[in-house]
Amino acid sequence: MLPNCFEWAWDAGHFLFFGGMWYTIIILSLGMTWCIFKTIMDTVSGKGGDHH
Amino acid sequence: MDSALIPKGANRCPFPVFATGIAVVGVVLLWGVYAMGLCWIKGLNQTNMNDYYGFALWIWADLAVIAIGGGAFFTGLLKYVLGIDELKNIINLAVVIGFICYSSALLILAIDIGQPLRGWFIFWHANVHSMLTEVAFCLSLYFSVLTIEFIPLILENRQVDKVPFFHNLSHNMHTAMAVFAATGAFLSCFHQGSLGGVAGVLYGRPFAFREGLLIWPWTFFLFTWSAAAYGPCFTLLVAKMVEGITRKKLIKDNVIHLLAKISGWMITTYIVAKIIDTIYWIAVTAPSLGFSVMDFYTDNAFYGIWILFAEIVLGGIVPAVILITKKYRENSKMLLLAIILGVLGVCLNRWVMVLQVMAVPVMSFDTWALYIPSWQEVATTILPVAYGIILLALAYRYLPMFPQEKELSTEK
Repeated sequence: MLPNCFEWAWDAGHFLFFGGMWYTIIILSLGMTWCIFKTIMDTVSGKGGDHH
Repeated sequence: MDSALIPKGANRCPFPVFATGIAVVGVVLLWGVYAMGLCWIKGLNQTNMNDYYGFALWIWADLAVIAIGGGAFFTGLLKYVLGIDELKNIINLAVVIGFICYSSALLILAIDIGQPLRGWFIFWHANVHSMLTEVAFCLSLYFSVLTIEFIPLILENRQVDKVPFFHNLSHNMHTAMAVFAATGAFLSCFHQGSLGGVAGVLYGRPFAFREGLLIWPWTFFLFTWSAAAYGPCFTLLVAKMVEGITRKKLIKDNVIHLLAKISGWMITTYIVAKIIDTIYWIAVTAPSLGFSVMDFYTDNAFYGIWILFAEIVLGGIVPAVILITKKYRENSKMLLLAIILGVLGVCLNRWVMVLQVMAVPVMSFDTWALYIPSWQEVATTILPVAYGIILLALAYRYLPMFPQEKELSTEK
């Protein structure tokens, strides 16, 4: 749910639940975006070797 | 036939044998899918639930798989956040088990809501006063975390790894894994806890009701703690089962013993807290609500005091003592006994906190609700087991799930 939804209320419950949910989604999205972006850069520059 | 996909240096059974095994389990899977289809097409009248007894057998299965799948978040926390590096040799297995358990939990919930097309309602029309909303949020997000943790393992497949992009992606995801693991641990603490909280806040059900801290009943903390404590037991049990079936040593003993020891101390602290909670419930909480403890364990054909004994002593104290004692922990038979008892103990705890809660009479005119599940409920409860076996078998065959396998097979 987003604040533009008619059911939204500016109360602690909505802040905590949806704040936490969107915060987590942003962390995961940024983390994956960083991984994919760095992978593209690494692949373009011909990197790749023994790791893990 | 599929040798090009099998990890380098790993021995696997011939493809026809593997395919036959998958086909046999696949039949069970199809039986479960058929029952699931009936529940979706014909509705929840396919179950033996009614207005009096609203939790199907699969809800117990749901809570049980979430608890035993807790090994993924806890092992991830130990490995990536606390830096216990030896656990890198078992973390892949823990992640695969976690993925299986949580995807199963979501599948069960998709059956339980009856109309899965409305599953998104919980996100868009959320009841922010419900602990189950928190569970739904955290469960879905944690499943995303587990998927992210599973992807690098899939990318390490011998053929996939040859593609430079996937090779680099796998490496970069490993680099960022601490962030994902920490997020997963945070999410797990809340949804495991809220599942316990759901029972603890039921003030109309004195068998489950508990006091607590602020808005959280003690069951909130006990559920989180028990998942972290017993989850690694299930990881170890699956490791032992895979080793038994394949007749190979796949993980070194020092790794097994380390995780068993950590699990043992977690179970010890948990069971002390659980005993204190139980004593307080017997002496204060239940009497204050007009019940004596034996009201919950008499006048019915199934739920006797044995269930409390089995949960706390056999499923708690015994595995705790075995796992924290070096001599017993390093004895393979005792270790196996402890992890089996541990897994049964936490499953029994979830049974009690879900099904017995609904069975105990509350009003003076009530009777015990001894519920017998329909075959559709049994089939849909077995469905995740068949799915889990198939996914685990595929992961074992095609992915480098056990980093020490090659070294151990050479030593042999």
